[in-house]
Amino acid sequence: MINRKEEPAIKDAVDFNLQLKPYTYFQLDNGVPVYTIDAGAQDVVMVELVFFAGNWYEDKNIVAATTNYLLKNGTTKKNAFAINEHFEFYGAYLNRNCYNETATISLHALSKHLPELLPVVTELLTDATLPEDELAIYKQNQKQRLEVNLKKGEFVANRLIDEYLYGYDHPYGKYTLTGDYDALQREDLEKFYKQYYSEGKCLLFVAGKLPSDIQEQLNKSFGHLALNKADIPQITHLRQPAVQKKYEVINDANGVQGAIRIARPFPNRHHPDFTKVQVLNNIFGGFFGSRLMSNIREEKGYTYGIYSYLQNHVESSAWMVSTEAGRDVSRATIEEVYKEMEILRKELVDDEEMHLVKNYMMGSILGDLDGPFQVISRWKNYVLNNLTEEYFYNSINTIRAITAEEIRDLANKYLVADEFYELVVV
Amino acid sequence: MIHYNRFVLDNGLRVLVHEDTSTPMAVVNIMYDVGSRDENPDKTGFAHLFEHLMFGGSINIPDYDEPLQRAGGENNAYTTNDLTNYYCQLPAENIETAFWLESDRMLSLAFSKKSLDVQRKVVCEEFKEHYINKPYGDVWHKMRELAYTVHPYRWMTIGKDLSHIENAQLNDVKEFFFKHYRPINAILVVAGNVKTEEIKRLANKWFGDIPMGEKYVRHLTDEPVQHQARVLDTEADVPLNAFYKTWHMESRLEKGYYVADLITEILGGGGSSRLYQALVKEQKLFSNIDCYHFGSVDKGLITIEGKLVKGVSMDKAEQAVNEVIEKMQADSVSETELQKVKNKTESIIAFEDMTIMSRANSLAFYELLGDPDLMNKELEKYQQITAGDILSYSKSTLDAANSSTLHYYSKN
Repeated sequence: MINRKEEPAIKDAVDFNLQLKPYTYFQLDNGVPVYTIDAGAQDVVMVELVFFAGNWYEDKNIVAATTNYLLKNGTTKKNAFAINEHFEFYGAYLNRNCYNETATISLHALSKHLPELLPVVTELLTDATLPEDELAIYKQNQKQRLEVNLKKGEFVANRLIDEYLYGYDHPYGKYTLTGDYDALQREDLEKFYKQYYSEGKCLLFVAGKLPSDIQEQLNKSFGHLALNKADIPQITHLRQPAVQKKYEVINDANGVQGAIRIARPFPNRHHPDFTKVQVLNNIFGGFFGSRLMSNIREEKGYTYGIYSYLQNHVESSAWMVSTEAGRDVSRATIEEVYKEMEILRKELVDDEEMHLVKNYMMGSILGDLDGPFQVISRWKNYVLNNLTEEYFYNSINTIRAITAEEIRDLANKYLVADEFYELVVV
Repeated sequence: MIHYNRFVLDNGLRVLVHEDTSTPMAVVNIMYDVGSRDENPDKTGFAHLFEHLMFGGSINIPDYDEPLQRAGGENNAYTTNDLTNYYCQLPAENIETAFWLESDRMLSLAFSKKSLDVQRKVVCEEFKEHYINKPYGDVWHKMRELAYTVHPYRWMTIGKDLSHIENAQLNDVKEFFFKHYRPINAILVVAGNVKTEEIKRLANKWFGDIPMGEKYVRHLTDEPVQHQARVLDTEADVPLNAFYKTWHMESRLEKGYYVADLITEILGGGGSSRLYQALVKEQKLFSNIDCYHFGSVDKGLITIEGKLVKGVSMDKAEQAVNEVIEKMQADSVSETELQKVKNKTESIIAFEDMTIMSRANSLAFYELLGDPDLMNKELEKYQQITAGDILSYSKSTLDAANSSTLHYYSKN
């Protein structure tokens, strides 16, 4: 008979020898840096072009996002339909995304189709026409979409909490108003496109089961472009956090849940506390076994889920608690969040919980390194945050070495109720 | 090509092993052959609520999550109309922890009153978050009731009504467990850096002595063929009018399923699809429009849904959708368009198969359908479809008499 009460022996994940697969680096003829990871069993590949073309660089709201969106909506040779049809015919996905510092174009495809696909990506970077009629359709449809989103408490809460943390004039704090679409002119986009895409600063991240001539293919398509010639402008945006700390907003008088956000400013990844606080954050609300989840979902049933996390921003960050809770228990939920902060400030985390969280985090990193797309995505994050391989190994050592006393000290330093913004949107 | 080994324990538990030494991780996936289609119409949402209770402690282990996290693992689960699936991923060296945890909760739950009380509330909050406190959140409650008259696909996995969840009793939980959560109704798939011989040993050690249980045989009434178009008008506090239309399609293993899948790609799969090009870009009647289906095991629904541009009448929008459909029924698709959707399907399959988690999940699903080898034959089935198949299927299936339409009006 087996003893089912007894847990099988485990190898402690903290003892795993975690290795981050190094990238291969080379430069195209025009100096564009390329980072590649060659791995995986499926014949698929991802090519991501990262431009310094986020909303950090725009003079007018949503110019960066709109330019990024319209990149694939027409060139002098192909209209939007023909471009989409070309990529879709080869079963490829061409996505674009706009963030704060950067904006991307990413291609996911079967490796064998790259020679047909890369030249059309080139066309988008040199010859996009950003057509007026496409812009008109985009404005109309985005306005409608915004109107639907504004009905959702969580959408409204995410906008407002960022505004409190950074100020509406900061790229991390601003959001879109209907009037921004009306104010948008095609000329704004053309200018932005030329400066930040055609003649912009670009980095390439490539991963998957790579064809042996990948360097030649990339160089042929992108090596002759007028990229990385000029320096990107140095633009400073001042963080202007709100003075008032607590907010209640009624978005829907009949709403049955409150969207709760509790957040404080936090430094970026270069701060010595950043990785250590990641451990504290996991204990607090960073995973399913966290204190917030155990107490507020698993003990009290106030919510379907509650999480805390550090925002992934380059310049400066914020520590955020986020949940949707029953309207009648929203206040009680907020009180419990502060109670959990207080406990972490007062009491030492016991050995068992420290051990569990450390193992969980190590296992989670190990799982995260599974597959070429995941590995390149970690590298991309490091490169864009000006971090090196050292950061990875230091983080692992931090997770292994951190003590309950350090955790308590960090809680006392950062989990200070008065320093948090608090918002409920019903 | 996905390789696997398959064996069956004496108690009927089917075990599949997919070895992949390129990863340090392992996935343990258990699929139970029970979904919301197996619920009593007066106790809907139960299969999903039950999924929550599977994390509330088993007979010998008070907490499922903690030991798994301690072993460096993560887990989750989901319930559909057809099945319930539990999966965890952990460092392969610690795989026995997953066997210990999963086998104990298959042996018996703790049936804790407290867990039921709390998870009832959690699921009610989930219901509110996704279906009440969200514009258009009730669409599929209405649409399923319109499109299905007898088949249990007429309610959603979350349940028909909050009260069904609130009224769930501990006795219901016990009965459900011993009826459905037995080895004979389950499939175990292990994928990753493992060896089949070792998995055989662990499977026998941990699952071998669990009583087989009774094979659950479903006796669902087929949804009768629909002979008349159904229409429902509804109104809510939403900013935009929306249009939804469905047609009954073939079940998962019939040829028609694959034809329907390609048709949804032709109509609504991306920037060069017919509905998007005609109705969003050229005629500017919709601000977004999609066409999809649910991949259901029994006969599912081909669906078109879109939000109307303000000022466009519902009649005009519907007429324009009908024209796109009529064209599908009148003219053959070109070889290029057919090749496009086949290429896309090839690509979807390749990307899906990238992670061991997804491979494990697919193997379990195809075993549930009756043959794991189907996983390796999917692409071939799509390749065989001709333009003639698409045309005749469009004529027979995208027929008005087989359709249900929901006009969702904005109150404002």
